[in-house]
Amino acid sequence: MIVAKQKDLEVIVGMLQGYERILVLGCGTCTAICLTGGDREVGILASSLRLADKVSGKNRLLKEHTVERQCEWEFLDEINDQVKEVDAILSLGCGVGVQAISERFPDIPVLPGLDTLFMGMPQEESVWVERCSGCGNCILDKTAGICPVTRCTKGLLNGPCGGTNNGKCEVDPEKDCAWTLIYQRLEKQGKLELFDEYHPPRNFQAVVRPGRFTIK
Amino acid sequence: MTSENQFEPEIIAFSCHYCAYAAADLAGIMRLQYPTNIKLIKLPCSGTVDILHILNAFEQGADGVFVAGCLRGGCHFVEGNNRAERRIERAKDILDKVGLGKDRLEMFFMSSSEGPRFAEVAREMTDRIRKLGPSPIRGV
Repeated sequence: MIVAKQKDLEVIVGMLQGYERILVLGCGTCTAICLTGGDREVGILASSLRLADKVSGKNRLLKEHTVERQCEWEFLDEINDQVKEVDAILSLGCGVGVQAISERFPDIPVLPGLDTLFMGMPQEESVWVERCSGCGNCILDKTAGICPVTRCTKGLLNGPCGGTNNGKCEVDPEKDCAWTLIYQRLEKQGKLELFDEYHPPRNFQAVVRPGRFTIK
Repeated sequence: MTSENQFEPEIIAFSCHYCAYAAADLAGIMRLQYPTNIKLIKLPCSGTVDILHILNAFEQGADGVFVAGCLRGGCHFVEGNNRAERRIERAKDILDKVGLGKDRLEMFFMSSSEGPRFAEVAREMTDRIRKLGPSPIRGV
């Protein structure tokens, strides 16, 4: 899933200056799961903005809505009517969502209420961790299901480096050394021979930006 | 405002069924006096209070809000009061940022046998909000 965090309220208030009718639009998929962009967060943000408006003597229209997924145009059809009534959309989706809405409604400014962080998973309550970089060249079969491109601070394909220290990384002692984890899991799986395999330098052309994928 | 022109705040008290609400009940049974500015809303657990409930109360003109849950470690649902406390922290941060000020919101912990404590909290909050004055959005 895509993990994102909400921008500071001051930043959002600044972004909305000059707009009188605003649609706060949530996304019911990834950002709802990471508790930054679902129905509940839309309600909290819209309510906060209304309070800020009242304190400063403004009286703007703040509409609230959450679609199932912002990144697919089919799900955006349900806001066709609401978009006609507003002069800006504040998206609580990831960067893809913001751009999908903007492409679907090019006449209306679409503003990002979130900072999109990474692709990851929940590790414990309120904690999400990055697991995939979308490098386009997956080697998880060789690394016991642990991605060194993402989880090794240096992104090494052949590790560990000399900086591994009792299973922690020299760059950030709080972080686990991905290559130590890979070694330990390969050992558990009885596949340590994979550890000896040399991985040639990564093919950075596997995903040319901007990426495009067509099913043949 | 009263006839003496003293500001009478509207304070919403989200109270847990198992402790604060029972404590309020006990305060009544004990004939304890506390300000009538407190409007009680009973919750099945303080952990069910949402930031949105708190913000809505302020949007609708409340001058102050408090959430009262069980004593630490004594929640009927184990973690509810701790969750409520974390939400209150976030709601306080929002209130500060929107210009209402975090002092208009507070979390209290008490047991169902603490009727006098409930009355004390009611007086404390009423005094605090009286000093802060009416909510800037009252009547907007």
